[in-house]
Amino acid sequence: MIEKRELTLIVNGRDYSVRVDPRRTLVDAIRDDCGQTGTHIGCEHGVCGACTVLIDGEPVRSCLMFAVQAEGCQIRTVEGLAKGDELHPLQQAFIENHGLQCGFCTPGFLMLATGVLEREPDISDEDLIDVLASNLCRCTGYENIVKAVRAAAAKMTAGR
Amino acid sequence: MKPAPFRYHAPKTIDEAVETLAQVAAEDGRVLAGGQSLVPIMAFRLARPGHLVDINGVAALRRLAVDGDRLSIGACVRHAAFHKPVVDGPLGRLLAAVVRHIAHYPIRTRGTFCGSVAHADPASEWCAVAAALDAEMVAKSATGTRSIAAQDFFRGIMTTALREDELLTEVRLPILPADTRFGFYEFNRRAGDFALAMALVTYRLQDGVISEPRVAVGGVEPQPRRIEQAERALAGRAPGRAAFEAAAAAVGAAVDPLDDATTSASYRRDLAQTVTRRALEQAAA
Repeated sequence: MIEKRELTLIVNGRDYSVRVDPRRTLVDAIRDDCGQTGTHIGCEHGVCGACTVLIDGEPVRSCLMFAVQAEGCQIRTVEGLAKGDELHPLQQAFIENHGLQCGFCTPGFLMLATGVLEREPDISDEDLIDVLASNLCRCTGYENIVKAVRAAAAKMTAGR
Repeated sequence: MKPAPFRYHAPKTIDEAVETLAQVAAEDGRVLAGGQSLVPIMAFRLARPGHLVDINGVAALRRLAVDGDRLSIGACVRHAAFHKPVVDGPLGRLLAAVVRHIAHYPIRTRGTFCGSVAHADPASEWCAVAAALDAEMVAKSATGTRSIAAQDFFRGIMTTALREDELLTEVRLPILPADTRFGFYEFNRRAGDFALAMALVTYRLQDGVISEPRVAVGGVEPQPRRIEQAERALAGRAPGRAAFEAAAAAVGAAVDPLDDATTSASYRRDLAQTVTRRALEQAAA
């Protein structure tokens, strides 16, 4: 029998004390132990990107990290994007540009784009397309996702 | 899709890491660095390690520095570190060109250079770099440290000269002379997929002819390697179509390609020739 571990996960600035098996993936801990179900689980082997979250500002696949590895890290999920009733510019842009249809992949795309735009607000079109190819979307055909992220980037840069 | 249970160890120093590894090696203890290959394999239960030794907390392994005529890359240096040149001159630019071909951005923020080399997937870009440039792998265990040359390190598909109780602490790459030209070309069916073939070439020009050519091919055979016959076809000749086609043909003749359900050996052989020629054209451009 392998002992569970007590640890504190910091999700969107809030501390969650959890007791998990070492094999518990970060995405399972975020959803089931912290109750933050906005982060979706798709393939569970790092291909689809639905579970993308920010760890200390960098987008990572949370199905490829164990919860025990995230202790002390700043974890940001889709729940942390809006400020009260005010949506994040990326969320607003996804609505305005029809950047989602079924919505399953959207939390992953939002966190991927947030991490990249915070690091590189003036990202080129070519690099942006390369980054957005990281995640799978089976509805939109990507065009409107690219458009939405472009629109949000313009708004975020103007608002700086 | 959930990994099987394992015991988790998080050493803080290299000594602690290799001592832990020595204790757990017999129970299929594995090193966990970026986890971008190991964790999916565990999710599929193709690997069921009894122990994971997580080296992410070992600060000394994050070292990325020039030591004399070598670039030392510590075991916890992530792919993303190479997006911008890490050293002046052709080596930094070469690594920055290659890194863009490794999976996708969120994989590159976690996955590590040394982890990719230790995992030794035939389609690994860093393994091709290590083979092309004759990298030196530094393996440490509780009983000592040894250095392994690239040509002795890769032993087949996901198989290396590393012992179970050894940690690949560092890979050392030679700093390339300032006039080194390079080209890297890989082919895959979709951006970010595993490569079906890739070539990395470097050479210098002396009096208008090619000197010190290196031609390495990855993703084609069980392990990446330099193709001597192609290098001989280039040495002493002027860069251009005739020399490049001769080198590509030499690669095609020299390789013994992998064969699988979606990609036949003969198709891979054609690809190997094409990626070699395109890498050479890039180097000359």
